[in-house]
Amino acid sequence: MSVELDVFVGNTTIMDKEVYQLWLNGYTVNDAVKVRIEGGVMEECEASAEVLLSDTMDQYRTFQMCERLLHHPAKLANQLLFQIPPDRQAMLIERYYAFDDSFVREVLGKKLSKGTKKDLDDVSTKTGITLKSCRRQFDNFKRVFKVVEELKGPLVENIRQHFLLPDQLARDYAAIVFFANNRFETGKKKLHYLTFQDFAFCAGQLINNWTLGAVDNIMEDMDVDLDKEFLQELKDLKILITDKDLLDQHKSLVCTALRGKTNVFNEMEANFKNLSRGLVNIAAKLINAKDVRDFFIDLVEKFIEPFSLCLLYMGVIKSCILRMYHD
Amino acid sequence: MPGKLKAKIVAGRHLPVMDRASDLTDAFVEVKFGNTTFKTDVYPKSLNPQWNSEWFKFEVDDEDLQDEPLQITVLDHDTYSANDAIGKVYIDIDPLLCSEAATVISGWLPIYDTIHGIRGEINVLVKVDLFNDLNRFRQSSCGVKFFCTTSIPRCYRAIMVHGFVEELVVNEDPEYQWIDRIRTPRASNEARQRLIFLMSGELQRKIGLKVLEMGGNAVVGYLQCFDLEGESGLVVRAIGTACTLEKISSTLPATATHPSNSSPSKDMKDSPQAAPSTLGCRSTHSSPVHSASSRLSQGFSVSVPTLLFAGMGSGGSAGKEGGPLKALLRQQTQSALEQREYPFFTLAAFPPGFLLHVGGVVSARSVKLLDRIHNPDEPETRDAWWEEIRQEIKSHAKALGCHAVVGYSESTSICEEVCILSASGTAAILSSRFMQDGPLDTEHRFEEVVSPGCGFCHIPYDELNIPFPAQLTYCYCCRRYKVPDVLFTTIDLPTEANVTGKGCLIQARLCRTKKKAQGEGNATVISNLLPFLEYELHTQLMNKLKLRGMNALFGLRIQISVGETMLLGLASATGVYLTALPSPGGIQIAGKTPSDITYEQHISNMQKKINDTIAKNKELYEINPPEVVEEIIGSPIPEPRQRSRLFRSQSESSDEVSELDLSHGKKDAFVLEIDDTDAVEDIHALLTDSPTPAGFYSCNTEIMPGIQNWTSAIQMFTSVRVFRLNANLTNQGLNKIFSDLCENLLKSLYFKLRSMVPCCLCHLNFTVAIPEDELIQVAVTAVAMSFDKEQLLENGKQSGEKTLIKAITENDEQLQFNLELNAETSAPNPLSSPKGLSEVGSHLSARASSVDYSSFADRCSSWIEQLKLKAHTIRRGSVKTTSSMEKASPLPEGRSRSLRSNRSYSGSSVAVVKMTPLSFIPGAKIIKYLGIINMFFIRETTSLREEGGVSGFLHTFIAEVFAMVRAHVAALGGNAVVSYSMKECVFMENPNKNQAQCLINVSGDAVMFVRESELESTSVQTQSATTHTSNGAEGT
Repeated sequence: MSVELDVFVGNTTIMDKEVYQLWLNGYTVNDAVKVRIEGGVMEECEASAEVLLSDTMDQYRTFQMCERLLHHPAKLANQLLFQIPPDRQAMLIERYYAFDDSFVREVLGKKLSKGTKKDLDDVSTKTGITLKSCRRQFDNFKRVFKVVEELKGPLVENIRQHFLLPDQLARDYAAIVFFANNRFETGKKKLHYLTFQDFAFCAGQLINNWTLGAVDNIMEDMDVDLDKEFLQELKDLKILITDKDLLDQHKSLVCTALRGKTNVFNEMEANFKNLSRGLVNIAAKLINAKDVRDFFIDLVEKFIEPFSLCLLYMGVIKSCILRMYHD
Repeated sequence: MPGKLKAKIVAGRHLPVMDRASDLTDAFVEVKFGNTTFKTDVYPKSLNPQWNSEWFKFEVDDEDLQDEPLQITVLDHDTYSANDAIGKVYIDIDPLLCSEAATVISGWLPIYDTIHGIRGEINVLVKVDLFNDLNRFRQSSCGVKFFCTTSIPRCYRAIMVHGFVEELVVNEDPEYQWIDRIRTPRASNEARQRLIFLMSGELQRKIGLKVLEMGGNAVVGYLQCFDLEGESGLVVRAIGTACTLEKISSTLPATATHPSNSSPSKDMKDSPQAAPSTLGCRSTHSSPVHSASSRLSQGFSVSVPTLLFAGMGSGGSAGKEGGPLKALLRQQTQSALEQREYPFFTLAAFPPGFLLHVGGVVSARSVKLLDRIHNPDEPETRDAWWEEIRQEIKSHAKALGCHAVVGYSESTSICEEVCILSASGTAAILSSRFMQDGPLDTEHRFEEVVSPGCGFCHIPYDELNIPFPAQLTYCYCCRRYKVPDVLFTTIDLPTEANVTGKGCLIQARLCRTKKKAQGEGNATVISNLLPFLEYELHTQLMNKLKLRGMNALFGLRIQISVGETMLLGLASATGVYLTALPSPGGIQIAGKTPSDITYEQHISNMQKKINDTIAKNKELYEINPPEVVEEIIGSPIPEPRQRSRLFRSQSESSDEVSELDLSHGKKDAFVLEIDDTDAVEDIHALLTDSPTPAGFYSCNTEIMPGIQNWTSAIQMFTSVRVFRLNANLTNQGLNKIFSDLCENLLKSLYFKLRSMVPCCLCHLNFTVAIPEDELIQVAVTAVAMSFDKEQLLENGKQSGEKTLIKAITENDEQLQFNLELNAETSAPNPLSSPKGLSEVGSHLSARASSVDYSSFADRCSSWIEQLKLKAHTIRRGSVKTTSSMEKASPLPEGRSRSLRSNRSYSGSSVAVVKMTPLSFIPGAKIIKYLGIINMFFIRETTSLREEGGVSGFLHTFIAEVFAMVRAHVAALGGNAVVSYSMKECVFMENPNKNQAQCLINVSGDAVMFVRESELESTSVQTQSATTHTSNGAEGT
């Protein structure tokens, strides 16, 4: 004696946010039912475990049917199969493309290839995120990457338009794509203390200032690649160390800007020459792809570690450098 | 050359990849109508082709226009091999043939393939130019409007109700033709889909012809069904009610008085019966017959199923001849209506004043053996079968003293070569007002009797010759006429009915094992079982009704399904407490052997449980009927719908001069004897029905009594379950499983829809089937509608009182005779009775001068004579009339209501299309009917596991069917489907072969609606529907 077939189809597709999240998290139907029972939905609604199981299976099936549409979110809005109110559609997309920070830290900067995908079970055991969820997140990265890779125009905007993501999520994806494209090394032990949001911020700065799109603001340019010309010219920064006058001028400008704003000001002032050299050396090497990958590790090893300075400082330096460059 | 059909193929999108090498498709389109085919150019290498074709023109007879669908096939061009079909779209052009419906079909329609499902969409434009054809021998019936809705559609007014129309066509089922052995499943499915399209087109055309012949212009309550008889063929049959409808003009004065526009209370708008309020006469009273009061289900008029074998002629029908009817008049009435072949009406809700008395449920079944239909053009056997059944129904109605049957429907259940034909309806007495000429109408108004919300309950039969044992009492509303103790009907609850408390869904479920047998033996076994099945279902219904403290059932639908080794019976209805009927006694349990003390204790425990449940239910459903006659408060009576005159005929009252007959007095309790395990089981079953969770109500009728403040949030859904049984189950075991299956399904629905609380599941329509041995399939379609709790309270208390006062004061002002009459009758219902009575008073003088109807007989006979005169002229139809109607009197000022949820889904590129099995959309006004939707789809798979197993397969298919219905409605320019139903869902699987097949038939009325909130703001300027639509389409 068993239920052989059990379906429920609403004219407006019914989707429970909680079950959707469980599905996204890669729970099996049975695990999801357990979680729901623990959540107390049964008492709330006078339901039985049987009812919960039926509902969960049904919802899972609906999500599976929707999944192929979620791969092309624009299709979700003009498909006819499911009648889903726009606010729900937005929720479905946003949650489908949401990712775990702990997961993204593991794959950030890695090539989004089959090889990486094969290693996802290790990532899964390490992070405690189900393999299923890891795969979804990885596939999302890869899908977004593939679509925007060849697209012209601003990266964040492209992602937002093609995947109908909210602004913040689109920016995060831009960072992921940017990191994957430039293969920045982020997995070294020394970089472990940095969160995804730290990197995403940096990526945002780099995209805005160091890519082709940033410099020329011409639509044909692309945001994914660093501006080679710019990197080439960074070599010229060596003059900041070699030329005494410029070094002093640089120092005084930085010191004026930072005076009273950091409690390590004195140390900074004392070591300015070394600090500056570290930075300029990193900048000068960026023309090599290998060194681009090591950009962050170099910053940590050659700049932050020796002087234990905070990231705020680095930002200021950067803006100073940029300022001077433009001058 | 009466018509020119024009089609243009604009574009395609989301096409599947047909060429693996390029990941693209070279698509082109074939457009076929009849035997003519056109092709578009190939649009190479695209999944979103832009054909932008010329207009393809087909010059065809309008007969073909009605029969044939426009067939659009999308193909992938292949230079070296045969072109691959991507999928098809069938377009029913019927809506374009009627001037009042849609004018163009334009939009994105899903491309459907019976193996792959929906594969992209195609954008088409279809138009029809019709030329006038004055040929009187024409075979077409263009222009006759069809409605699935079982009430007079909103925005129409009934001028006349002509009566019953039926037709059936038969054909060989392509699936069973020899050629099926050599063709692909796809070809076979497509042949079937196309054939059914053609057959339903033909059927509709033929019915249309009958309607024209009767002088009507529309069919309301159109019910079309398929009988898949397998080897012996395919039958498509339809029944409906022919009417002459008139569109209510959208000019301001008219709309202002129309209840569905400016009515004072939402309840009216939302009520399914907000038919044009033609005033002038109110219905007379009606009597309720009740169905079997106690044990024998006679009131129920169960026809002992007559066993008939095909070709053997008809056996005697078991309809009791009604007993000697005392009053001659009855017979006269009867004979007049017998002028009609069948005085049947598929309507379940009526224009005010049409339904006078209700007798009770009449039903008939017969078991037939199918044989091959030899000549499809002469479907005589099938016709004859239905004729027998209808005659039987007619005679049952007669036995109940009724001349008509309303809420009529027919169904079949087929298993191998055995077929059960069933018909059921509600015996009733109808007013003549929609069946006569105008002048007569005016005259008749004076004899009409007031029905202060209780009239329809009054018995139509002669109390001295009750066709079955019944407990009669005086009406608890008017105290003047007799009413039965229980009333069963198949119709919707009349809006004007006085109801106490709320209603609820009541189901009786039964499963009986049966021996395997063949041919005649099998038919005999089945027909022997049927009466017991019906009897037990009836007893269960009765018990459950009493357990809920209610006294009437509406929307009763009994479905009996045959399988090889079992019979399933499912009866669903909505229980209510009619204020006019006596309070039901409790249920008393009596043990047979009162010797044993523990046994007695057991019984008293059970008794206590039952009493507790009844008490709890009464509280739950707010059933607290007024105990004292004079008591005013207590019953949340619907606000008076008619302000206008209500008439009461004296003739009626003479009828009941009758001595106080209290001998039949109210029976205290319904006694259940526990003498065997069966009875114990029954009681257990009774008590195990779990109550609906807090915040939920359920019913299978159009509206739930006691709930009026619907918000615009509605959710239509279909749920299907198939349950596999173990072999060798006992009847009790089977019963329990079946009952649990239904209960669990309901519980799941409540859980799924919990976010809509407080909400009511309306029009819960259960369908059971036995697809194979040991499988039970239950399908449910219903709509969940949210309502506003606060407003509910407010309405129930404050506004109820307000209107009450208002009503009384108005009465006082208008009517001089009020007080006297009131005193005389001491009506328990303050809202309607005093008013009604006083109205009588005001017209007494007028009536006296015209005619003195001293008896009911006179009234009827005169009416009959008039009828007869007219009836001779037209064969089947009734008399054509253009009755002059008074406008509804202005209703109390509308209270503006803020719609709770009026989320706007703007931004979505796909228009929202609402679907509902009801005839209305809460908070909205239907401004246009665009045509009937009647679609049939087959889906098959040979990769069941890959598609997610049976559940995945069916889930996708149902979602696809919804999508196609929505797309076609949107293409017609509509934004909703009302009266939607899934009439067929045949699912077959063969997991071993990884295969499954499913057939689904759905129907409904495509409509365009406007939100009331928008209407209010724009009503002054807008007459143009177009502006409304765009608004309506966006808002939801």
